[in-house]
Amino acid sequence: MSDSTPGTTWVPRKRRGAELGLLLLAVLIGVGSYAAVGLGIDGTVPPGIYTVGFVYALVALAAHLAVRKFAGYADPILLPLVVCLNGIGLTMIYRIDLGLEAGNSPYGPFAQGQLRWTILGILLFIAVLIIIRDHRRLQDYTYSFGLFAIVLLVLPMLPIIGSAKRGAAIWIQVGPFSFQPGEAAKIALVIFFAGYLVVKRDALALAGRRVLGIDLPRGRDLGPILVAWLISVGILVLQRDLGSSLLFFGIFVVMLYVATERPGWLVVGGILFALGTYLGYLAFGHVQDRFSAWADPWADPDKNYQLINALYGLGHGGLLGRGWGLGSPESTPFGFSDFILSSLGEELGLAGLMAILVIYGLVVERGLRIALTCRDAFGKLLAVGLSLSFALQVFVVAGGVTGLIPLTGLTSPFLAAGGSSIIMNWVIIAILLRISDQTRRPAPEISAMSRDEDTQVVKLS
Amino acid sequence: MNKPIRAMAVFCLVLFAALLLNVNYVQFIEADELNAKPGNRRVIDEEFSRERGAIIVEGKRIAESVPIDSKWQFQRKYNEPKLFASVTGYFSYIYGRAGIEQTYNSVLSGSDNRLFVNRIVDLVTNNQPQGGSIELTLNHAAQQAAYDGLRDLGSKTRGSVVALNPQTGEILAMVNQPTYDPNELASHDLTAVTEAWQNLTADPTQPMLNRATLLTLPPGSTFKPVTAAAGIEDLGLDADSKVRGGATLSFPGISYKLTNQGGGNCGGNPISLERAMAVSCNVSFGWIAGEVGQEKLFDQAEKFGFGARPMSDLPSNASRVNSDPAAQLEPPQLAQTGIGQFEVAATPLQMAMVAATVANDGVLMKPHLVRTVRAPNLSVLEQHEPEEVERAMSVADARELNDLMVSVVTNGTGRPAAIPGVKVGGKTGTAESSPDRPPYAWYIGFAPAKDPQVAVAVLVESAANTSDIAGGRLGGPIARSVMEAVLR
Repeated sequence: MSDSTPGTTWVPRKRRGAELGLLLLAVLIGVGSYAAVGLGIDGTVPPGIYTVGFVYALVALAAHLAVRKFAGYADPILLPLVVCLNGIGLTMIYRIDLGLEAGNSPYGPFAQGQLRWTILGILLFIAVLIIIRDHRRLQDYTYSFGLFAIVLLVLPMLPIIGSAKRGAAIWIQVGPFSFQPGEAAKIALVIFFAGYLVVKRDALALAGRRVLGIDLPRGRDLGPILVAWLISVGILVLQRDLGSSLLFFGIFVVMLYVATERPGWLVVGGILFALGTYLGYLAFGHVQDRFSAWADPWADPDKNYQLINALYGLGHGGLLGRGWGLGSPESTPFGFSDFILSSLGEELGLAGLMAILVIYGLVVERGLRIALTCRDAFGKLLAVGLSLSFALQVFVVAGGVTGLIPLTGLTSPFLAAGGSSIIMNWVIIAILLRISDQTRRPAPEISAMSRDEDTQVVKLS
Repeated sequence: MNKPIRAMAVFCLVLFAALLLNVNYVQFIEADELNAKPGNRRVIDEEFSRERGAIIVEGKRIAESVPIDSKWQFQRKYNEPKLFASVTGYFSYIYGRAGIEQTYNSVLSGSDNRLFVNRIVDLVTNNQPQGGSIELTLNHAAQQAAYDGLRDLGSKTRGSVVALNPQTGEILAMVNQPTYDPNELASHDLTAVTEAWQNLTADPTQPMLNRATLLTLPPGSTFKPVTAAAGIEDLGLDADSKVRGGATLSFPGISYKLTNQGGGNCGGNPISLERAMAVSCNVSFGWIAGEVGQEKLFDQAEKFGFGARPMSDLPSNASRVNSDPAAQLEPPQLAQTGIGQFEVAATPLQMAMVAATVANDGVLMKPHLVRTVRAPNLSVLEQHEPEEVERAMSVADARELNDLMVSVVTNGTGRPAAIPGVKVGGKTGTAESSPDRPPYAWYIGFAPAKDPQVAVAVLVESAANTSDIAGGRLGGPIARSVMEAVLR
């Protein structure tokens, strides 16, 4: 494919029209769901359906136009997928607002805030596409991003602005605004890992001893992975955030493996992960609680009320769900954020929840496809890191609320209420589209010209 | 780097496949189990918001759901609540369900698998889903007669009445006193419900206990037909056979002597079996028990239904001849067992089954309370046909015992249950439990003796006037009015 013989050059189709069509469908799903919530709860289409629909269609269109203008060759499927997820998430948050209001809950409403964050996220998405015209430029700031990530991770532990909610010290609070810097740190770390590994991968790829057919790395190369492990353990110890800790370490191990092509790193990473989990289990009551809640939620129904309630919701949803507005997802604490997937499973049923998981899966696999076709090592690593961070996060949170694995505090990308999560996920999609555009853009005409000339021509003008 | 990226693509595929499989497990395979968990508010809320099916007696709804303007759209309403509380049970938001509301919940709530198609149709046509209805075998007049009879003994009376159709096993009446008002537990005013529940559970007389099927007490002399059945079957006795009489039955090497109630001598020794039955002679039946032997006596009792849970429509306890069926009884213990004392303990339902079996030419029919189970569209889901449990006696022997029990009413202790113009069979009983509490009064009977339509058991645990308990005097009139109500 990189063979650029004149006339046979493969020029990818832009497929922006297909993107627009899919986007229309995604917006229709979101607005239709919004209408269905009103019909389910009050029997009438909710007020302001035209305004909400118009605003949502407008921002989606803006995102599309930005892609068309600034990343014309980018993957046409990613944007409709996440617009669809975002619309479903907004609708569920709005629906739970109504439920909480009906129950005179002191919480909420969240939907308006979430809509504002979504608009902000799409604006940031457009900004990233405009500012970063070539993802390889990010490589120049490898260590700056590394430092930035560390600063972001340390922020919540600082006095005054740091704030702990529900046992995890992962928020910063400035005035009325609270922000989870971990989401931004995740992106910065992936950029740092990609830049760092591109440079160091040859040394890290040198094999040491061979055990059971797997080349283990040399002992002296273990430094970076140990540092990453220590940072993860540090997050666990200092911030009590099991989910992020697991996520950061997982991303690093995967990127190390992809960069070096040595499965041995997976073995080392696996051992360190098991060790960290075991130590965490021994040292922290909340980790033990999570494990026992996972093993048998009904052993302590009061303590595991949230998980049990989520499982009841899923069971009550059954195959086809209760329908928008007809279940009681508001009875699960944090059904609009951490447990939004179980809320969706209750109202949209197994069919709806599986559709949402498949959309997540498509986002991840499109991201990995971008990594496969990308021509530069940095871009490949960046795309793998971002896709895997997305995949691991979805697995950890969806597996947690459906009882597959112990619960950890991560948010469902694009669905859960939470400003930092939504805007940083939009940034991830923007970066993936940027790499994709770079990858699929045909090589400049100049290369074809120079091939035509048998001798070098020096132009004098 | 493409090889590890492909490996990661496969890895992600596995992760998502695991998630998809797991949600399938939770939402499809485990869903029923999750929905059945106690404390699952979603399911309770849903049941409360759905039109629950009615419980019907003779075409009248004794329990129904009526629309109401509340958080839940329907209110469960019990018409004649106290009269039928023992049978309907309750349907409470906080305290769950009991009685028929519990055993037939899946049909009443509409979640039964057989109603699956109805639910789909309701979903498509946007109709409110509905539950199916349960039609009971109860006879309203008999139920009322039993209820009035116990009530007339005074508000402090504790007791129970069960009436059966001997030929079909249909339960015609099932009443307990004290009773309760299930409307108080079904209310949507949850504070009031909690208060009512606390009052009911704190009450030492246990108003919510279904005495008829759950309370096992010594049946006393009403057990004598069982002993007589064993004697007739195994010793070939008939009405004229001579059996031991006299004032006492003594045992070799033991100072204990079995005596008659009131210290009489049953009119001599020996006496005929007919006389022994008519005067309820302890000595005679203690002696028969010894002659028959433990094994045959226990076998005979089991053929009448002892040792097994008698019915499935309501929770029921098995009655017993002895706490340990394998134990080898001493002669005095066996003799006491023969007169329904020692460790014999039976529910009123069991004793009604004894009377019914004798009346039905020796065949025990399975007691049941539900005649028809219907879908919301009135199509029949289940029709309960009479079911034979066991032949307890041969036809001839059963008729022999039938005659003996008729003579108890015509010229014995059972006279208060006599109905003019109808041949009635019966047996009284007065059982002692412990010295510090009053004896229990029992009455079992059936009518008409040939072609029996009703068999009844009456238990009066304690009456306002506790010194005056004797099965015939207290239980007989109630049994008569219940039988009359059925025959009328």
